[in-house]
Amino acid sequence: MRIVVLAKQVPDTKNVPENAMKEDGTLNRQALPAIFNPEDLNALEMALELKDRYGAYITVISMGPPNAKEVLKDSLYRGADKTVLISDRKLAGSDTLATSVALAGAIKHVEPNFDLIICGRQAIDGDTAQVGPQVAEKLNVPQITYTLSIEEVDSKEVICDREIENGVEKVKATLPVLLTVTKEANIPRPENVKMMMKYKKADIAPESKIKIDMLSLDDIGVDAKYVGLNGSPTKVKNIESVVIAKKETKDYSPDENGIKELFNDLMENHLVG
Amino acid sequence: MANYYDDNKDIEFYLNNYDLSELVSLYENNYEEVKKYDFAPENYNDAMENYKLSLNILGKIAGDIIAENADSVDEEGAKFENGEVTYAKGTRINLDMLKKAGLNGVTLPREYFGLNFPTLIYVMMIEIVSRADGSLMNLFGLQDIGETINDFGSEEQKKKYCSAFAKGEATGAMILTEPDAGSDLQSVRTKAVWDEKESCFRLYGVKRFITNGNADISLVLARSEEGTTDARGLSMFVIERDETVQIRRIEDKLGIHGSPTCEIEFHGTKAELVGKRGYGLIKYVMTLMNGARIGVSAQALGIAEEAYREAYAYAEEREQFGKSIINFPMVRRMLDDMKMELDAMRALLYNTTIAVDYKKIYEKKYEATGDKSIRKLYQYYNKLAGFLTPLSKFYLTEVGNKICYDALQIHGGTGYMRDFKIQRLYRDIRITNIYEGTTQLQVVAAIGFITSGLYFKFMEEAIEKTELGLVEHINKTKDLLNELKALVELLKKEENHTKKEYYESDLVEIAAIITIAIFMLQNAKYSEEKVQIAERYIHERFPKAKYLIDRIKS
Repeated sequence: MRIVVLAKQVPDTKNVPENAMKEDGTLNRQALPAIFNPEDLNALEMALELKDRYGAYITVISMGPPNAKEVLKDSLYRGADKTVLISDRKLAGSDTLATSVALAGAIKHVEPNFDLIICGRQAIDGDTAQVGPQVAEKLNVPQITYTLSIEEVDSKEVICDREIENGVEKVKATLPVLLTVTKEANIPRPENVKMMMKYKKADIAPESKIKIDMLSLDDIGVDAKYVGLNGSPTKVKNIESVVIAKKETKDYSPDENGIKELFNDLMENHLVG
Repeated sequence: MANYYDDNKDIEFYLNNYDLSELVSLYENNYEEVKKYDFAPENYNDAMENYKLSLNILGKIAGDIIAENADSVDEEGAKFENGEVTYAKGTRINLDMLKKAGLNGVTLPREYFGLNFPTLIYVMMIEIVSRADGSLMNLFGLQDIGETINDFGSEEQKKKYCSAFAKGEATGAMILTEPDAGSDLQSVRTKAVWDEKESCFRLYGVKRFITNGNADISLVLARSEEGTTDARGLSMFVIERDETVQIRRIEDKLGIHGSPTCEIEFHGTKAELVGKRGYGLIKYVMTLMNGARIGVSAQALGIAEEAYREAYAYAEEREQFGKSIINFPMVRRMLDDMKMELDAMRALLYNTTIAVDYKKIYEKKYEATGDKSIRKLYQYYNKLAGFLTPLSKFYLTEVGNKICYDALQIHGGTGYMRDFKIQRLYRDIRITNIYEGTTQLQVVAAIGFITSGLYFKFMEEAIEKTELGLVEHINKTKDLLNELKALVELLKKEENHTKKEYYESDLVEIAAIITIAIFMLQNAKYSEEKVQIAERYIHERFPKAKYLIDRIKS
């Protein structure tokens, strides 16, 4: 079984230091530690569980600056077989559409005979949950989103449980297929110490003994006009830092009078009625 | 996102400051291993980096997973149903994570899929695991069993059993204790009978208080020489769990609920002899036991470290009389004492473990080369480790208990409630000064070195390696050492043996205080903080040692 895992390096939004926001409201990336996007780790874990169960060859692909090699090294420590970094200045400013064009191009180039693509539902920096589905669309393969577990895979199809509101849905899809995975799916395994001792020197530098492949747009055959700012219909007009202050809330007493008062206020503001 | 290695700089202190280059080079066969194994280090710095990275991985597992599961493991405990033992759910997750991280054969050779790390690193790992969940150490710490097979087993046994342990495919147990053979193991009655038909040994008998007795592969102490009643009739066997090994029950214990303690019956269990007949207790179990004593010391240290942190956090948070209780000198003093003792415990344990490491590696090297100068080194470290091991267990498990006691005290009534972690730590640590030889048995094991004078030789050498600038403290230490020496001489003249034995635990305690002071004065070479801790320790603990001396004299 050939599996591709898509992984992203993201700023650690859970451990935000004080200088994380610049004065203009944009992110000070240097101030935030970069981590493996949490749900991508769940995706990698799902791939590794399949490898444990059936045997599989796992290729992890990441798009990002050279420093994103760290998530690829981390993937090697956990048991990935091959890692590829797609890195090109022309990719800067890519929205979800442009990103999916680049990733789909990379998959076609690196692992065209994939059976499964597994990625996290969403990244904690953008929270869009769009890239996975858009990659499936670009590659013209079916997709199962919000996957919780894989019941069975054979050479033709996969049966999964996926999370839906108030329940779980069992679905079947033909291969190749793209799955997006949520954090409820599993507990990602830790790095393996032996793998870490072996791969700690892995690098994108050409002279490196253990190499992480770094590919440019030209390498993967993707036209620059479909990626980066040029290929991104999403334009950011401005970013505001919205702080919800306590003064905007009002307490009502939990009794008849309080409820009456609440209704009056809502009517007055035309929120109801 | 907690990391139980990264947030404790006192562990890293030893890796950053102690020169372990000779030791590591011996372990790595002068860095020849890298030619055969792609994960072996190329040089000393590479090896040290590997140790730190591995500890870091474990630190994350301990902080994020094991510690998070600890309360539910304590609540749920190991279960016994229909003759089978099941671990608590959290324990199963923890073991799975440790297996996936590849932390099952830390000290085993790479040949058998181990990591070939020094015991020092393994002991640091035990401390980290125990801090997160004391009961998990009883399973993680069973790696000594693989090591015992590696030390004394046949090539075939090593290949089969050590590999299974290191890959995480099999769990282990050491099956020694019986209803009538606890501290007194030479009265073991489980029989090993030779089966002519299948030409193998078969075991018959009952064992009790067996940690993880449900293991896949176990070492068993049994009487192979019919008609004998002492230690010389006992041999060591390795068994694989089958239907002839019946678990009768598991114990309902005060603490370490995650660790199943089993009563076992052998009904003709097929057993393979490990090593030579008659050496079971006198050589192999003693080695196994010494390894386990280091492990239990590290377990006490880990639990005590967590208790200190809990108490500190609570004392900062809890306000009474309009201020945080940490601002009351009596509370502050308890916390400062704990911190100092944790430092003392680490100084003693890690130095002990380094001696154990040298002993192990020189022993192997001597066996391989027959070189007499190496034999001398082996003999030296064998004695040093032989003394420091019981001393460590004596000190760390007793002081660890005291730390947990005080940490609960700082919590006040709240600490007595099940809702708070401290009561678990207080219950879990209580076994550490009992199993693998009680504190009193550690006194028996250590006292001979003091009365024979060997202890004084060790200390006089160690004192040469201290921070020479601290003249006043070095002199105080030398004076105390001389006072103890004079006292030992005085006691030799005492004809009443009962009276002598009565004071033995005091002598060992005084020796422990001096030993720790010397190790602390050695550490003082590396940082100003360590100078202050050494000064405080000498200031706080020497008066107690002097009081003990005066009391014996009077």
